[in-house]
Amino acid sequence: MNAGDRAQLESKSGTSRMTMIQALRSAMDVMLQRDPNVVIYGQDVGYFGGVFRCTEGLQAKYGKSRVFDAPISEGGIVGSAIGMAAYGLRPVVEVQFADYFYPASDQIVSEAARMRHRSAGDFTAPITIRMPCGGGIYGGQTHSQSPEALFTHVCGIRTVMPSNPYDVKGLLIACIENDDPVIFLEPKRLYNGPFDGYPDKPMVAWSAHPLGEVPEGYYTVPLESASVFRRGQQLTVITYGTMVFVSEAAAREAGLDAEIIDLRSLWPMDLQTVIDSVKKTGRCIVVHEATRTSGFGAELTALVQEHCFYHLEAPIERVCGWDTPYPHAQEWAYFPGPGRVAAAMRRVMED
Amino acid sequence: MIQNKPLRLYVPEPSGRPGHETDFSYLHLSPAGEVRRPPVDASPADTSDLAYGLVRVLDDDGRAVGPWAPQMDPQLLRTGLRAMMKTRAYDARMVIAQRQKKISFYMQCLGEEAIATAHALALQPGDMCFPTYRQQGLLLAREDVSMVEMICQLMSNERDPLKGRQLPVMYSYKRAGFFTISGNLATQFIQAVGWGMASAIKGDTKIASAWIGDGATAEADFHTALTFAHVYRAPVILNVVNNQWAISTFQAIAGGEASTFAARGVGCGIASLRVDGNDFLAVYAASRWAAERARSNLGPTLIEWITYRAGAHSTSDDPSRYRPADDWQHFPLGDPVARLKQHLVDLGAWSEAEHEATKKELEAQVSAALKEAERYGSLADGHMATAVSMFDDVYKDMPAHLRRQRDELLGMKS
Repeated sequence: MNAGDRAQLESKSGTSRMTMIQALRSAMDVMLQRDPNVVIYGQDVGYFGGVFRCTEGLQAKYGKSRVFDAPISEGGIVGSAIGMAAYGLRPVVEVQFADYFYPASDQIVSEAARMRHRSAGDFTAPITIRMPCGGGIYGGQTHSQSPEALFTHVCGIRTVMPSNPYDVKGLLIACIENDDPVIFLEPKRLYNGPFDGYPDKPMVAWSAHPLGEVPEGYYTVPLESASVFRRGQQLTVITYGTMVFVSEAAAREAGLDAEIIDLRSLWPMDLQTVIDSVKKTGRCIVVHEATRTSGFGAELTALVQEHCFYHLEAPIERVCGWDTPYPHAQEWAYFPGPGRVAAAMRRVMED
Repeated sequence: MIQNKPLRLYVPEPSGRPGHETDFSYLHLSPAGEVRRPPVDASPADTSDLAYGLVRVLDDDGRAVGPWAPQMDPQLLRTGLRAMMKTRAYDARMVIAQRQKKISFYMQCLGEEAIATAHALALQPGDMCFPTYRQQGLLLAREDVSMVEMICQLMSNERDPLKGRQLPVMYSYKRAGFFTISGNLATQFIQAVGWGMASAIKGDTKIASAWIGDGATAEADFHTALTFAHVYRAPVILNVVNNQWAISTFQAIAGGEASTFAARGVGCGIASLRVDGNDFLAVYAASRWAAERARSNLGPTLIEWITYRAGAHSTSDDPSRYRPADDWQHFPLGDPVARLKQHLVDLGAWSEAEHEATKKELEAQVSAALKEAERYGSLADGHMATAVSMFDDVYKDMPAHLRRQRDELLGMKS
């Protein structure tokens, strides 16, 4: 967290070590308490508390009319949320896996994203759509996708992907309070601990990581604000989600002083932080887990080229998932692990 | 060994096409007054017969008969007739305005006027309709929506409240309970259910009214809406306007041949009615029944309104290419304006002279409104919202990338 984030801390209440799941639950708890117009629903989120347990206990605390189960219908979940928002509520809905959002595409792209514009502000859609995304859990091709580029291409919505418990809580609160529709992508491999891309190493818990220290009360992390996850001088890594920690491991492995930027808000984004870093280092790699072609990395690469061309010492490198479906058995050959990221770092350091 | 015959794909066809008349027996009409009126707390399953019958009040002689005949003050009926006539006059003039190239596109609701106007009278202030593009009657039945402003929307001029962002007819009037119209069909149906759910969550007393055409019921959002409405007993009226045609596609292609659209509701656990949509009194009575159910926590009602799209789908369509040119003249449920007029004349509450005078007065009102709207410009003369205004309202606050793009556009203009 940077100094600006800390300034957003409103209460002096205590902090505690939380996983991303607990931090998400805490964010929703805080907002259900603060704003009577917040409602939460989705598949399995009510009595059971969600397949990843993010809403556990919230129905018991706030009642069934504020936290409830929904039919298996992503189009229905998002479509009804748009109607609720038109009434004046602030729905926070869960799509059980990002891989399942496709039936809701029309409601997201043609409706939520366009409501304010097409009605000239007569109606708005302040909804937050939470979706666990990304691989690393042997989820196969329908429980592992990272569809962020399908959202960043859509004008009128915000796309956010936090990478740690502190950010996930502050950003979710900021998204719920934001008056635009937001796609809130949660890298599920990070739910219980930071993951550096080595599946055989013992898991690290968030309780052992400083970013697992989370205020218990209300605070926000601002949107359109990137975080410099690691300061460095030799090259800039532009990344987000699980790849933040993979990039950190890769830099260590390559023995390079990389500056790692965690975008947090993918679009609209904090371009200035990226520009400042690339102008300083003159070398840049873009890392994401999603497939490469027309991925969000292509946009990031173009932006760096447009804004930093005369400062670049080497071609920009992209490290991404292959352009294949996310495989089940071959997961670790698909996943852009520290080896691939480190190799790109070495290439970008060549003159 | 059994020799199976080759399978054949069945593709439904309307009985009538250009050059040969429609056999309207496919509509399965019930005589006026015949269909029973259950109590408003009837269970969904107890409405099964109503989903296949046809609720009708006005008989062929213009008399109000049977259990659905509402007790309506003749003054309210006159208000309703006037709303229908106003809608018809507005449509007729706007179709001409499109031909005169004053507006780029228009969609009329000729022949369907009773449905939106009578339904509007059955709702209460604060209720929210989620319409399609053929429910302009919901707005024109009101006295608090300016016709001049509606025409400014059609002209995309400098007084268009939507700033030229939407096709003509895609109005948005939150204050008049009229949700912003989407060009993507069926999306509003589930949104209406969500709005109703929100009203219930907040312990409010307002209800939602969702609108869809027969063609768009084939979309997933229609079925999703039925599921959500049933599951959460949402206070919503689910209106299916079956006007027989989705552009050139006959309603059988949407699945209306071996069943009714009302029957979908019963199958989903929703009380359902199939109603004569050209019968102003039946529309009002059925709408009141459904609204009372919704407002009494008895859940949703699906109403299939049987009507006929007398005009073209839009000003870009030519229906003589796919259906008999005189089809509407043979449609057995007639013209809603003529039917209510006959009823009122028989009651002694209306006369031929009043009708003619009202028609002229409304035509003059529409012409005057069009003339005034023309003063505020049009697409053609460039009197419209500025080009850079397209960057407003994409987000609540304009992000940096849109400020850069806006400045780029401004730079190119100078």
